[in-house]
Amino acid sequence: MVVQFASTILAAAGLTLLLAIGALVLASALGLALAGARLSGRRWLAGLAVAFTFVIRGIPDLVMMLLAFYSLPALINQLLERAGIDLYVDFSPFAAGTVTLGILFSAYMSETFRSALGNIPAGQIEAAQALGLHPLRIFLRITLPQMALLALPGFTNNWLVLVKATALVSLIGLQDVMFRAKAAAEATGQPFTYYLVAAGFYLLVTLGSTWALARLGRRLDPARTGARA
Amino acid sequence: MNWYVVTENLGQYAAGARLTLLLTVVSLLLAFCLAVPLAFARNSADRRISGAVQVYTTLFRGTPLLVQLFLIYFGLAQFGWLRASILWPWLSSPLVCAILTFVLNSGAYTTEIFAGGLRAIPKGEVEAARACGFSPLQAARRILIPAMLTRALPLYGNEVIMMLHATSLASTVTLLEVTGVARNLTLNYYIQLEPYAAAALIYLGLTAVLVGGFQILEARHARYLRLRR
Repeated sequence: MVVQFASTILAAAGLTLLLAIGALVLASALGLALAGARLSGRRWLAGLAVAFTFVIRGIPDLVMMLLAFYSLPALINQLLERAGIDLYVDFSPFAAGTVTLGILFSAYMSETFRSALGNIPAGQIEAAQALGLHPLRIFLRITLPQMALLALPGFTNNWLVLVKATALVSLIGLQDVMFRAKAAAEATGQPFTYYLVAAGFYLLVTLGSTWALARLGRRLDPARTGARA
Repeated sequence: MNWYVVTENLGQYAAGARLTLLLTVVSLLLAFCLAVPLAFARNSADRRISGAVQVYTTLFRGTPLLVQLFLIYFGLAQFGWLRASILWPWLSSPLVCAILTFVLNSGAYTTEIFAGGLRAIPKGEVEAARACGFSPLQAARRILIPAMLTRALPLYGNEVIMMLHATSLASTVTLLEVTGVARNLTLNYYIQLEPYAAAALIYLGLTAVLVGGFQILEARHARYLRLRR
């Protein structure tokens, strides 16, 4: 019986990981845009990015999730009703969870990217400019590869926090690992056993990705690769 | 807009904020007391001691807080001998379970933060203390712990804010802190927007106060670390 329930819990692993990866992609793209806004030199844009980051980081993830899943559709429907449009908006837990976590972690990612960008020696960019490279080419060939390496430790950390935060999406009804663990716990009257299965899953993911990203870091590091060659 | 839901229930929000602060402060204080000795143990030359602490921090940092909370609050009821023990009146209380979980969780993060702070202390400071004839306990109390705390201040500030936000999970085990109050109001009035928005504003305000407080602390106590660079 234990095996059966444990396997229904772990069958949701794919959903949890899909949610986490979707949120990670969104957070990275938004985070990069926010870091760009902070470093753009335009004061209103930088100020906007600072305010956004502050607000996002000032609200607990659970409250953000509840706001996105319950409050935002309510607000949209109120506005639609007032505008006389006959439409009812409803978010799926998966979409609400992915977007909320994506936005939440974009604030953390932007800090990681910003400090990584700041640590790239200015001479690198100047040299590329002196060679007459196109700004887009400079970004893709010079800035991005160096930033990726410098941002990797912070990126790893954000990813670990993000994976653990996905458990909250069970509270708005997504049938992820945590949700199934709760169901198994209630059905069998053995809550400790099944929450432990869920805990084991998250631990496996966090330990596994720590190992994999550390390996990636060693691969990407030109100093190390150079020393080996 | 239905802001009357919030204005009519300001008393509940005030009680909720008090509980949120109580959870945050008590958990942080106990986690601090747990983390200071564990940080020394984490850096112990004895591999068995440092290894045991590392197992603890890895387990609690590698799994979601929500899983830990459910393991302790719902999970422990699985064990008949525990239910029969004299500890049960405490372990069946949501308040005690929430604080216990928060302390164990935050203790793990704080241990690693402080252990990192200890490793960052220049060897000369430790040697100087020994040369002045300080006993190990004296050196720890007068030199190591203050130096560790100043170095850990920025990261510890983050941990304090994380803890404030983490207390919102206490609403999942029936506690009526800020998030719990908001959840109750949305259910009682069937209004989804205003109660959560008010909760978010309260967290934002509390976070702003904490961020400001830590900036003052850093300016006062950790400035010499920045000037030396």
